[in-house]
Amino acid sequence: MRIPEKLANLDRRYIFILIALTVIMPLLLPIGMPITETSEVKSVYDYIEELPPESTILIALDYDPAALAELDPMALALLRHAFAKKIKVVGMTLWVTGTTLGDITMRKAADGIAQEGEDYVYLGFVPGAANVIMRMGEDISAIFPKDYSGRPLEEIPMMNSIKNYKDIALVVDLAAGSTPEAWVVYAGTKYDQTIAVGCTAVSAVGYYPFLNSKQIIGLIGGMKGAAEYESMTGNRGTATAGMDSQSIAHIAIILLIIIANVSYFAMRKNGEENH
Amino acid sequence: MGTVIGIWIAAGLTLCIYSFLYKDNPFYKFAEHLFVGVSAGYTIAITWHKVVTRLIWSPMKDDGNFAVLIPAAIGLLMFSRFIPKYRWLIRWPMGFMIGVGAGAAIPRTMQSLIFEQAGATLQPFTTINSIVITIGVLCTLIYFFFSVEHKGPVGVVSKVGTFFLMVSFGAAFGYTIMARISLLIGRVYFLLHDWLHIAQ
Repeated sequence: MRIPEKLANLDRRYIFILIALTVIMPLLLPIGMPITETSEVKSVYDYIEELPPESTILIALDYDPAALAELDPMALALLRHAFAKKIKVVGMTLWVTGTTLGDITMRKAADGIAQEGEDYVYLGFVPGAANVIMRMGEDISAIFPKDYSGRPLEEIPMMNSIKNYKDIALVVDLAAGSTPEAWVVYAGTKYDQTIAVGCTAVSAVGYYPFLNSKQIIGLIGGMKGAAEYESMTGNRGTATAGMDSQSIAHIAIILLIIIANVSYFAMRKNGEENH
Repeated sequence: MGTVIGIWIAAGLTLCIYSFLYKDNPFYKFAEHLFVGVSAGYTIAITWHKVVTRLIWSPMKDDGNFAVLIPAAIGLLMFSRFIPKYRWLIRWPMGFMIGVGAGAAIPRTMQSLIFEQAGATLQPFTTINSIVITIGVLCTLIYFFFSVEHKGPVGVVSKVGTFFLMVSFGAAFGYTIMARISLLIGRVYFLLHDWLHIAQ
């Protein structure tokens, strides 16, 4: 069998091994490739950086463990940035399977630097998505009478001054699904709320139109976006650790695509010559 | 100790799932079924404790607010689907949901997804970006206009639209690869850092 045909019939498990090695080796032997900043991530960072202390932002942790690798580093970087700037954070989720994960993430980010009830509160999950978003525009305590741990909102000090979107400087939706669209349509359009989006890379393409039309102020896409945000805040996290592997894996995939196309055209040419 | 056990269980299940890459096997099947079962059970538990108990039972028990029974009853009518004789009752909650949903969604969606997007597209030709975006949008829209045969000038324009579509599909595919590799990196990092403690 000729080389192009051997390549075309290559057992896919060799490719799996190659990809596994391109991911594992940089994690064991870091290269430290530079992480370039993009304007869509920087605009989110700059907006939070310029908020005065005691401002409030709302972070919607709309993801579950399936999207943990991309969105949790983003959430941690954003939360730590907000806590360092003395910005209060209201956390909640529209994803039922991400309810406990949201609480874990907020506590992990706040560990040692922020106090629950004073600096942050996690409201948990309420079903309804669009209805929840719209209702929060009128009165947050009407849709979330208690926080995730069951404490009434009137007993939480920081919630005394937060009634609805008028008291929230920025909503950041960290989404594994299509919730950013709901936030833009209902919170952005009806209540003129400023919105930023963090999403999985697979969804990021669909939200660039919102960025271009200025319906969102910034877009943090995938693990790369999370690594950029970590780099801007000076906190190296799991996203930054994964960037070497990401780059090497991408190079490997590009080479595989080139090899596959070369072997395809070589086989086609051989087939034409035989005829 | 609990954390260590949890990490070992998570690592074991991760390896069971990845064993599928060699070939299908009972370990993979077990992990897959466990995942489906745990996800369903978790969803039910959260729904019971955070929705049914907090939004229906607590208002009745603590505040004497029995009005919550009305939406609860309408919601329960959704299950009439499973009783052939009373299947028609599902029209009530469905009609309510569709009516409220449409009323809330249509004006906002039109403003957000149509008018705002159209406004952002039709910008003065002061930058190359604005020219390319306008040409791309118009050519792609013409590609999807099937009332006129794609021949002559219309054929040329729709071919340009096809080119823009292919570029966007390529960008989407590239982002998808990045997403899948990111998920792999997340799992491998967990195995090497949290489980084996050999990665930084």
